Amino acid sequence: MANWTRACGVEDIDLEDVGRFDHAGRVFAIYRAPDGQFYATDGICTHEHAILSDGLVMDHLIECPKHMGRFDYRSGAARGAPVCVALRTYPVRVEGDDVLIDLG
Amino acid sequence: MEMASLLRFRTSRDYSLVGPETAKAIESGLASGEWYKTPIERKLLKSLMQRSDGPALRDTAIWLGLLAILGTAGTLLAGSWWAVPVFALYGVLYASAADSRWHECGHRTAFKTTWLNDVVYVLASFMLLRSPTAWRWSHARHHTDTIIVGRDPEIAGMRPPQLIIMALNFLGLVNVPQSLMTQVRYAAGRLNDEEKSYIPETERKKVTREAWAILAIHGGAVVLAVATQSLVPVLLIGLPNVYGIWLLALMGLTQHLGLAEDVLDHRLDSRTVYMNPVLRFIYWNMNYHVEHHMYPTVPYHALPALHEAIRHDCPAPMRSLFAAWGEMLPAVFRQLNEPGYFISKELPPGAGQPAQRGR
Ligand code: FES
Repeated sequence: MANWTRACGVEDIDLEDVGRFDHAGRVFAIYRAPDGQFYATDGICTHEHAILSDGLVMDHLIECPKHMGRFDYRSGAARGAPVCVALRTYPVRVEGDDVLIDLG
Repeated sequence: MEMASLLRFRTSRDYSLVGPETAKAIESGLASGEWYKTPIERKLLKSLMQRSDGPALRDTAIWLGLLAILGTAGTLLAGSWWAVPVFALYGVLYASAADSRWHECGHRTAFKTTWLNDVVYVLASFMLLRSPTAWRWSHARHHTDTIIVGRDPEIAGMRPPQLIIMALNFLGLVNVPQSLMTQVRYAAGRLNDEEKSYIPETERKKVTREAWAILAIHGGAVVLAVATQSLVPVLLIGLPNVYGIWLLALMGLTQHLGLAEDVLDHRLDSRTVYMNPVLRFIYWNMNYHVEHHMYPTVPYHALPALHEAIRHDCPAPMRSLFAAWGEMLPAVFRQLNEPGYFISKELPPGAGQPAQRGR
């Protein structure tokens, strides 16, 4: 069942950047792609403990700030060592000025 | 028994990655711990992290260009004394400079384009007789657990310091035979327990393939040297790790030597040293070592700017390579009798306080 939750405002995240969203003890990363589309994934790297929103967004990749492992944040796919396990992604929609994510 | 173990002083702590110190580091929370970071505004950090191909393309073209010119000149001058200074320079650019290319491209921060990082990383790894895959994982661990005893596979200065090994390695005399034996072991598909602790199962086949390639390239140079009755092929490939590695030892040992162990704060276990532009070209700014460890996502060409952004919160940098050795040498000699001794770096007034002081 859908569980749409407000993660942030549209203007809270720059183009080609990422923000952090904490909810119910979990950490999420919210991305704004260069074309303005929003995406969401788990906020912690699958390699070790690192907060992805401290990393760098390059086009459609998020680079982890700890060992520079990369993920495609649209699909969550791991894009090279030392990350091997994909990130979980979440549906996102924009309503007015709000970015909502479906926590399922 | 490994050759290096014959030259090793007995250490008071167990530096292996599968021994009692490993369990202690995990239990105490030092392993995979939360590291101190000097706060930086996100906008500034983002601008420092930005990638670009320009600086690394320029530097790599100069590097490979010089190697090609010097290598050709050395080959043509072989047999005359003029070849000596030419190869001396070639060797430093080959071995000492390859380390920083290996390092930065391993982090994939040198170039913006991923495949450029990967190509230069593999090239530099092969030049240094290192397995690209094994070292990628070892270096990831070094960043997770910098100078945490029992966890970090890249601790160069144990306590007491392994002075004989360090001195011999100014000519690669321990590292080179050890690297070759490691490649033979990898080629046979054998990883030891320590390596298995940080290289995932899925990556191990690559380590074997790379070892065959490294042995084939270097074996080819030896065969050519024998066939042509000339040292030139091995002076060009392989032997620079002996006659050209001294500058890396001189610069690289300043990174952590004599500083604290077991502290989750890079300001206390790493050292920033000012160096001149020529050394910084060869070392790709790794002299800004506190900065590199605190924010590894910042590419080498932005490290001087990062240094300016966080220096108010960091110990005073060493003013020169000479000053760094002046600090390190008395400390490592003292550690011979007093392994508990370390240089306790002083933080400036108002700096963020570390959770521990280390030991
Ligand atoms: S923790 Fe993210 S790449 Fe290692």
